[in-house]
Amino acid sequence: MRYDSPLEAVGNTPLVRLPRLSAAVPGNTEGLVSLWAKLEDRNPTGSIKDRPALHMIERAEADGRLTPGCTILEPTSGNTGISLAMAAKLKGYRMVCVMPENTSEERRELLRMWGAEIIPSPAAGGSNTAVRIAKEIAAEHPDWVMLYQYGNPDNAGAHYTGTGPEILADLPTVTHFVAGLGTTGTLMGVGRYLREKVPGVKIVAAEPRYDDLVYGLRNLDEGFVPELYDAEVLTTRFSVGSADAVRRTRELLQQEGIFAGVSTGAILHAAIGVGRKAAAAGERADIVFVVADGGWKYLSTGIYTAESTEAAVEALQGQLWA
Amino acid sequence: MAIEVRIPTILRTYTDGAKAVEGNGSNIGELFTDLDARHPGIAARLLEGGELRRFVNVYLNDEDVRFLEGISTALADGDSVTILPAVAGGSR
Repeated sequence: MRYDSPLEAVGNTPLVRLPRLSAAVPGNTEGLVSLWAKLEDRNPTGSIKDRPALHMIERAEADGRLTPGCTILEPTSGNTGISLAMAAKLKGYRMVCVMPENTSEERRELLRMWGAEIIPSPAAGGSNTAVRIAKEIAAEHPDWVMLYQYGNPDNAGAHYTGTGPEILADLPTVTHFVAGLGTTGTLMGVGRYLREKVPGVKIVAAEPRYDDLVYGLRNLDEGFVPELYDAEVLTTRFSVGSADAVRRTRELLQQEGIFAGVSTGAILHAAIGVGRKAAAAGERADIVFVVADGGWKYLSTGIYTAESTEAAVEALQGQLWA
Repeated sequence: MAIEVRIPTILRTYTDGAKAVEGNGSNIGELFTDLDARHPGIAARLLEGGELRRFVNVYLNDEDVRFLEGISTALADGDSVTILPAVAGGSR
């Protein structure tokens, strides 16, 4: 495949069947259930976020919100910031990220590598606090452009026009789509597209469930639901804890040779869960799940080589892993 | 019928610091009524006008009850219910 510039190489990622993990889905004795991995780590900066980042920038340029010399501001726990920073570097924008302090060192180093400035937000509130602080900074700097992935329709639009059509073209028999629930952009965009084209398709969200260190001080009255979120698009939603996410991340590596980040383990766990339900009901299922990024940014946690899943989970305590 | 209920840090003032408590009920609503009898005040933090509060998420065996039958979702012995604050999630 040939492209005229690096930024044009965003998307068109491989969709691969996972023969071993499919066979291992509980109850899948007749081989009715297949798991398919959409390898979004193959994007230029190594994550699915290249799609919305580039699309949000290009749409903002097209309608004049983003002009040469602008400063882009974004709350991010990593990947979106990295994607925006790369595009900003190539296009000549200044990039400022608001990022929770309890994210991996690799993410900070990658952001610095692309020339982004980082404003740390307190660990306690996780991404919610990063969003709040970014909104405050945006109010102080009206000339800065906050693309705001949580509420920007072009985030979901990137998946409606890109990820969704790619999946349907590669696998017209798709029955389930499983992805992580963060900004909700992937699920809203792909979900809307597939629902229009595939009657009865099931759209399944895997939401990260952190340990108490992350949730600690969160107030029930000050929660946060991304503006993009529309529950009508989803069929169901699973909460996946660190232990299951880590266990599946390690299985994906050991069984299929796919080196993915921890959030992908959470997504795979939900995919196997819906696969088990389909197998129990004797239904055919072609389940597409998203490999959101590679494992490179999480190497320092030691989870890939830890002696046991328990030791790997221990290593991840208190970190935002999605 | 015993249901294990996992309590988020912010609500542990009602459970004497316990991370998980037991409760009874044939559905989520009944379970919360039972919890409130054991831990007075907790139901008001979870429900408003007979529905789940906006930023409260409740999961039955890891599945969001809003996509099941809400607070009418049926429970069976041995089920696990997790209460969590809504988060910006995987916000990458």
